[in-house]
Amino acid sequence: MKFEKKDILGIKELTVDEINLILETAESFLEISTREIKKVPTMRGKSVINLFYEASTRTRTSFEIAGKRLSADTINISASTSSVVKGETLIDTARNLEAMNPDVIVIRHSAAGAPHMLAKLLRQSIINAGDGAHEHPTQALLDMMTIKEKKGRIAGLKVAIVGDIMHSRVARSNIYGLSKMGAKVVLAGPATMLPRNIEQMGVVVHTNLEDAIIDADVVMMLRIQLERQNQSIFPSLREYSQHYCLNRTNIQLAKKDVIVMHPGPINRGVEISPDIADDPSCSVILDQVNNGVAVRMALLYLLTGGNE
Amino acid sequence: MVENKNVKIVMDKDGIDRCLTRIAYEILEKNKGGENLVLVGIRTGGVYLAQRLQKKISAIEDKDILLGILDITLYRDDISTSSKKPALGKTKIPFDLDDKKVVLVDDVLFTGRTIRAAMDALIDFGRPKMIQLAVLIDRGHRELPIRADFVGKNLPSSLWEAVSVNLMEKNGMDEVIIEGET
Repeated sequence: MKFEKKDILGIKELTVDEINLILETAESFLEISTREIKKVPTMRGKSVINLFYEASTRTRTSFEIAGKRLSADTINISASTSSVVKGETLIDTARNLEAMNPDVIVIRHSAAGAPHMLAKLLRQSIINAGDGAHEHPTQALLDMMTIKEKKGRIAGLKVAIVGDIMHSRVARSNIYGLSKMGAKVVLAGPATMLPRNIEQMGVVVHTNLEDAIIDADVVMMLRIQLERQNQSIFPSLREYSQHYCLNRTNIQLAKKDVIVMHPGPINRGVEISPDIADDPSCSVILDQVNNGVAVRMALLYLLTGGNE
Repeated sequence: MVENKNVKIVMDKDGIDRCLTRIAYEILEKNKGGENLVLVGIRTGGVYLAQRLQKKISAIEDKDILLGILDITLYRDDISTSSKKPALGKTKIPFDLDDKKVVLVDDVLFTGRTIRAAMDALIDFGRPKMIQLAVLIDRGHRELPIRADFVGKNLPSSLWEAVSVNLMEKNGMDEVIIEGET
């Protein structure tokens, strides 16, 4: 199968075949990161710009390493040290970057739809590294890759996503992706963190953790965005963790071979207890990070190399 | 489209098997035994041939010969210009290549570009003592200064002819065919 997309803007826009192709390609890329010389010449002479308007450790480093392992030149721009602070608009910044002829632009922006606007505007391939509370497609792809790796399949699994669904682009991309791949997605969170009518995405919604994780094959905990504490969507961190923290006791409700995922950064003791996060028999959090590099290598590979 | 295709079988099942038996002995003769010898098959056809050679050599020497699998896609010299993004297969070389005598195995030797890519890839995995090349068919038309150490059959061909090695493992039968328009 040939990959025809110019950009990766969201999981919503991807077909099941495209997702499978990306995951299979990523599985082949895993091996490169285990070599002594972790580099292949595939993207020699290509350049990738990482344009980050929001803070990031994992995603930006992961894209940078992915590009470098493919021999691309990667350039990182973060808003705080760029002309953005002088008031340049996103469109002007993008047009100027375009004039320098990169091959791929990876963008993270607090506004939903920012990558889509660039994709229409620029001839370069755009990869969405997170736009507002909308989508974070590469995270969902690495999550699906991790589930497939650990469980051998995605279809038919029960996946519980717990936490602040409202503000989570990770949740939205995973709901699209996992549902497309045939998993049964269950959400849980306090009512203030559940978007209205989210059931229309084909998911089952609970307001308590226990109901959601019964017999789950996968439990995905979301980060509580501490910066939102003042928006009065939850009374206190302590109260949140009393009801929604995954711990030794409530995890017993899930399947025996349950895997626990978290997109990071984790708030220890808030949404996940440290002994679960660090338990190699169920936590796959670091496998997610490892697979993230492979998924991003696969996307860079699939998006570049076409006839201009 | 398929009309006017002139298909000729140039080697059958027994022919392929005899070639591989001879190559197995030639590899052992040239390397004075199986010491430090490893085989690396190039995806996809070369992998099956390498597996068959591995069986033969291991049986002759009465010791296990290591086998690796190499996908050369990421090392192709046309990867940034071709409009197709070739499907990527898994590379599996689960052993150290340092100071090994590596025999690369492929089905058809043509322009030599695949072998160039394969050598670049191998060198990223370590520093083999030497790299040798075994192919079932050498059809000529080299574009790089590359030749095979072990050849099953030299098959002079025209550029517009297609040479295919069909193997039981992927095509359900063993045969080498050459086809071209009449």
